[in-house]
Order: sequence, then structure tokens, then C-alpha cells
Amino acid sequence: MLDQSYYQVADKIIERYGKKASALIPIMQDIQEEYRYLPGELLTYVAGQIGITEAKAFSVATFYENFSFEPKGKYVIKVCDGTACHVRKSMPVKEAFLKELELTGSKHTTDDMLFTVETVSCLGACGLAPTCTVNDEVHPKMTPEKAVELIHELRGEG
Amino acid sequence: MRLTSVEALAKHREEARAAIEAYDCRILVCSGTGCVAAGAQKIYDKLVKLTENLDHVTIQMQKDVPHIGTMKTGCQGLCEYGPLVRVEPYDYQYVKVQEDDCEEILNETVLNGRPVERLFHQDGDEKYAHPMDIPFLNKQTRIVLENCGNIDAESIDEYIAAGGFSALAKAITEMTPEQVVDEVDKAGLRGRGGGGFPAGKKWKQVIRQKEKIRYVVCNGDEGDPGAFMDGSVMEGDPYKLIEGMLIAAYAVSAQDGYIYVRAEYPLSVKRLKHAIAQAEEYGLLGEGILGTDFNFTLHINRGAGAFVCGEGSALTASIEGNRGMPRVKPPRTVEKGLWEKPTVLNNVETYANVPKIILQGADWFRTIGTEGTPGTKTFSITGAIANTGLIEVPMGTTLREIIYDIGGGLKNNAKFKGVQIGGPSGGCLVEEHLDVPLDFDSVKKFNAIVGSGGLVVMDDSTCMVEVARFFMSFTQRESCGKCVPCREGTKRMLEILEKIVAGKGELEDLDRLEEMAQMVRSMALCGLGKSAPLPVISTLSTFRKEYEEHIIEKKCAAKVCTAMRKFIINPDLCKGCGKCLRNCPAGAINGAKKEAHSINTDLCIKCGACLENCAFDAVYVEA
Repeated sequence: MLDQSYYQVADKIIERYGKKASALIPIMQDIQEEYRYLPGELLTYVAGQIGITEAKAFSVATFYENFSFEPKGKYVIKVCDGTACHVRKSMPVKEAFLKELELTGSKHTTDDMLFTVETVSCLGACGLAPTCTVNDEVHPKMTPEKAVELIHELRGEG
Repeated sequence: MRLTSVEALAKHREEARAAIEAYDCRILVCSGTGCVAAGAQKIYDKLVKLTENLDHVTIQMQKDVPHIGTMKTGCQGLCEYGPLVRVEPYDYQYVKVQEDDCEEILNETVLNGRPVERLFHQDGDEKYAHPMDIPFLNKQTRIVLENCGNIDAESIDEYIAAGGFSALAKAITEMTPEQVVDEVDKAGLRGRGGGGFPAGKKWKQVIRQKEKIRYVVCNGDEGDPGAFMDGSVMEGDPYKLIEGMLIAAYAVSAQDGYIYVRAEYPLSVKRLKHAIAQAEEYGLLGEGILGTDFNFTLHINRGAGAFVCGEGSALTASIEGNRGMPRVKPPRTVEKGLWEKPTVLNNVETYANVPKIILQGADWFRTIGTEGTPGTKTFSITGAIANTGLIEVPMGTTLREIIYDIGGGLKNNAKFKGVQIGGPSGGCLVEEHLDVPLDFDSVKKFNAIVGSGGLVVMDDSTCMVEVARFFMSFTQRESCGKCVPCREGTKRMLEILEKIVAGKGELEDLDRLEEMAQMVRSMALCGLGKSAPLPVISTLSTFRKEYEEHIIEKKCAAKVCTAMRKFIINPDLCKGCGKCLRNCPAGAINGAKKEAHSINTDLCIKCGACLENCAFDAVYVEA
């Protein structure tokens, strides 16, 4: 069971966009921004509130890559694997993150809920390839060494 | 403050200009995504802090003293050299500015008008003081990007001072909607999102519909990896996009508009929101625009990470709150688009072209570019190029001019191998295409598309088979799954490509690949699916030898494909320290202590652990 506060937050967000079917995506985005993931129970609640079926809500949520039903870490690291980053060797950077954090292709979040590592296709900062973002802040010209350093730095903060 | 008439707008323009001219000195800090990543925010904050005190002091001393303004501008284009800072009126362009440089800029340039030469852009022995001296910039023709880097991207007054919204004023007070559409049609403006469909024709089709509720939608879902032109316009000159959409809305009598921005562009969303709020406050959006009976409301929708939403019908489905899946056409978007109403759907760059066309006329627009494709095109050039960045050139410019004159040639003088144009829906152009004038029609002949304008330059350290695999894995992942040819076809093609890069390919695979590519190309439901095989078709026709090398000789000349790399220890450099031997997970390394080691290639799993661990650079890779 989710805490009552989740529903209050959801109500506020629903109010922002109105109780209509087309508001589903922006509502889910704001909820995810708030909690860093989309709690399934809350989505069921939202569906009821804006007058769509639960099935519809889940079909939309699962279609888009950005929505996650799994809680994400405090730091979401997105490694860019767009063309420019790819030809400037972005994959070794990702591997360095995974290795340092003991993650795998199927395990994206560390057990201490501190880090989530994802791959994205192009962040639009191709001039500084290869890049990655940590909670939307862009880090330019990455190398596997810089990736390890970055993790150390973030752990120091956390 | 509401501007209730065209006269009020003109008056405000004068005031805004006067306010800018009152600044004797303007510092423009580029705040495009690239420069922000390189630390532009810190530079901006520091300059604001430094000049704040100064302003305070001078004001106390006397009236009418030089004022100093610090602005955040959009992308100035030289992304490689960020953060970029320009100081007006001296027009000094500084590159790679660090926090420690701010005091010197203040003391030398701002206070005394002297240049800080060490911060100038340098190419060999040549130093460039002014932006327009730099070949990268002076070889461009900037229409869409004219304000990017020159105005504060968060100040509507600066846009108005630069002549903004005068095209809107002209359109709604001096022209009928039909005249507006005719002008755009006559200009021959073609959709810049990739397809190249004439915008004027599209608008005309919307006007012809009986249904009176219509929508204007902007596709800002720039999903092609390696492309960031539209993002740069939304970040650097959001007002131009808004003005273009306003004119389109007037032309087709639409009351509501939507901008669909991709999720990876948070800065674009922020700037657009800010710009829309300002425009509403000025009465340039909302009801009774500039005192006329024209009403238009603009909304922003953020994408949620689905490449396919760049396709028209998928994009409108997403705005409606559905899964972003394309549907069968007809009916086309112009007949039944958003909420089944007639809809004008163009991309960012297309709308950004409109104000200038209205203001300067179709004939002027036709003097730029080629006969079939008038105007300019923005490109983002990235990859193995000396100057990475955002450029705008007339249609019909050749690749050679773009890569060598503007882009400064290849990085580290590497050998040019090819250019990937048009992203995952595009193809490769090679040496022999360097002198082809680029426009929508010419490029199609070579199994490529201009697309949205991403250019990724590749040198001979790039493996074309791997590139084809990379794009196929992208489209396969992004396939929405609705139609079988795309869902299954891309998957099977990817499997074959993976087999080839793993060194397990057979010659028949190439025939299968070709057959499947043609099948997907002709049978997929939407543009994404239809164009998905293009990278394969194009690399197969131009780099067939490379595919064959992978299959027959099991050789990857670019040394990219892991499975085909051969690790060798140079006996002259090896000190016999044994570090590689200890780290080899396959037990493939032999050798006595303090004697040169060797790798047993039969046992080697090509993981590269020996290369990583060698302190003497004795391990190397052979293709």
C-alpha cells in the first residue's frame, strides 16, 4: 500500500492538467519527476480519476521508454549512445559505469538505490561527444576513467 | 503589458532597441546545451556577479555611464570550443572560456575595450578576433539561426528589437490568410523534417477542409541520433518558432497549437515555456492578438522517449494521450490529424523559416538555395570532424564545402571515409559524392536522405558494418511493433548483422539482408519502417567489400569488431612482467618471467584485458 501522501500529490498533479484522457502522459511525467518512478497503484488511481481504463493507462505507460515502474536511483546516469557519441567510443564509457557499480545489462539500479544507469540515443550535445547526463546535467567528453571518477565524486556527495 | 495594436508593437520595438543601445557593452554567453555542458552557467554567473558590482559603482558616480549587460544566448554554433563568450560592441569572440578568465575579460575588454588575445579562436598560427572572421561562421548563411547567439534567448524584448513579430503584424493586418498561404507556397518552402513535402501545399490542403476546427502542430521530436538543429532553435530563438506557428495558425484559421518536444531536451522545454508566457503577457498569444480578432493558444507537450513519435500520426496520437503508433493513411494529417481535425504539422525549422518569407517575400527566398529546394538548411556536423557544431548553409551546398571549408576537415587529418546523413533513416555518402549539391532530390539518388540534417563524419577508424548494425539496433529497438515488416524485418536484419560482426557471417547472408531490406522498405506501414533499411542498403552498395572482408577473411580493417581483433604482443617491448598473463581470463598467454610473452590466438577470447593491463604498450591489435 502506498502512503496517503502519494494520492494527495497525484491529486494536485491531476488538477494541473485537468481530468481528461489527453492529460495522461503529462500527469505520468510529473508523478515520475516527483518520485523518480511511476508507482503502479498510483497509475491505477490516475486512470480512474481521468476516466480511462486501467488497461489503457498501463498500455500507454509501457509503450514509452521514459516511464519506469521500478524505483530509480538517486542519481540517474544516462549514457548517450547517439551516432556521434557511438563513433567517439561511448560504449566503453557505459561499460566502465556498469563495472564500477557492479551492474549488468538487465540490472540497472544499484542495491543501495544510489545509481541507475541507462542508455539514451542522443542528448543533443554531439559537439562534446561522448557525453552522459547525471540527473539531466550534461557531462562532456567522457572517458572510462572520467566515468569512474564521476562515480567516486557522486558517492562522496551522497 | 499588452500590445494592443501594430503601432504599439512598433513603439515597443523602438523602446526595446533604445534599451539595448543604452548598454555600451553587452556580454553574450552561449547557453546552448553544448556550452552549458562545458560550464557556461558558471561563467555566466560569475560575469553577472562581477558586472553587478561594477554597475552599482558607476551608477553612483554619474548618470548616463556605460551600462553592462550579460545575456544568455542560444547556440553560437562552435560547440567544440565552448563555453563561448562574445563581448559587444567590440565583437570579440572568446572560446573555451574558464572561470578564471572572467576577471581578465572584465578588466581588459569590458572596462578598457582591449582584447584578450589568448582567448581568441586559433587555427594553426591564425588567430580570429571576431566571429565573422572564423571560417566556420563566415561561410554560412544564417536565416533560421540568425538570432541564435545574438539575442538573449529569454528576452522577448530582444527578439522584438531584432525585428521580431513584424512578420506576424504584417500577416494579420495587411494580408488575408489566402495571401499568406500563397506566399509560402510561392516561396517553395519544403518541410525541413526530412520528407521535403512543400509546406504551402500542406497548408492549402488544410484550408480546403470543411471542418472549421483546425490545429497547428510543431514536431520538435528531433529523435535522430546525431542531430540537434531543432533543439538549438528552440533553445536559442524560441520566439521565432512561436511567430512562425502564429502565422501558420492565421493562415489556416487555427485557434490552438501544440509543440511536441522530445524528452531529452529539458532546456528547450524551459525556454519555450518562458517564451510562451512572455508572449501571452504581451498579447501576442491568446485572445485578440495585436488588437485584431485573431486568437491563438499554444501548448507544450513533452515526449516520453519514443523515436517513432517523430512520425506525424504517431505524434498526434501521443498528444491525445495514446500510445505513439502510426496509423494507416489516408486519411492524411491534413484531413484528419489531431483529434481527427485538419492539422498542419511541420517541424521546428520549417516554421522558423516562415517569418522571413512573409517579411521579405517569396522571390527573395527563392534567390537562396536550389531551384527545387529554395532556402537554407541547418546541419549538425559531428563525428570525426575538426569543428563540431551547428551550421546553416544554402540548399545545394556541397559536402566538400561543408566538411572542408566550414568543418575544417577531418580531425587529426584522418582519411575521410564517409558521411552518415539523415540518421538511422538515412544513408552513407562517400568520397565520390563530395561534390554533389545537397538538396532533398539530389541525395535521394544515392539511397540516402537529407533527413532532418544530422551529418556524422567518419574516418577510416569506423567500421561500416558496425555502423549499419548500430543503426539497425536503434530502429529495431524503436520499432513500435504495429506492423510485421518493421517489427520482424528489422529484428531479423539485426540478427544477420550481429552474426557478421561476430565473425560468423556467410556470403548468403548478404543476399538475405538485401532481400529483407527491400521487403521492409516497400511494405512497412510508416516512414520510420520504410526508411529503416536505408543504412543497410546504402552501406551494402558502397562498402560491399567491407562486408565481404568480414565474412570471407574474418577481418575488420577498422579494428572495431571485437571478435575479429587479433591481440599480439610485441616481443621487443615486452618486459615479461607477467601482468597480462595474470589478468588473462582465458589463460591464453604464455611466457616465462622476464621473457617476452606471447598470446595463443586459438584460446584468446579477444576481451582486451591484456591491452588494458600492459604498462609498456607492448600489446597491440591487428586487423
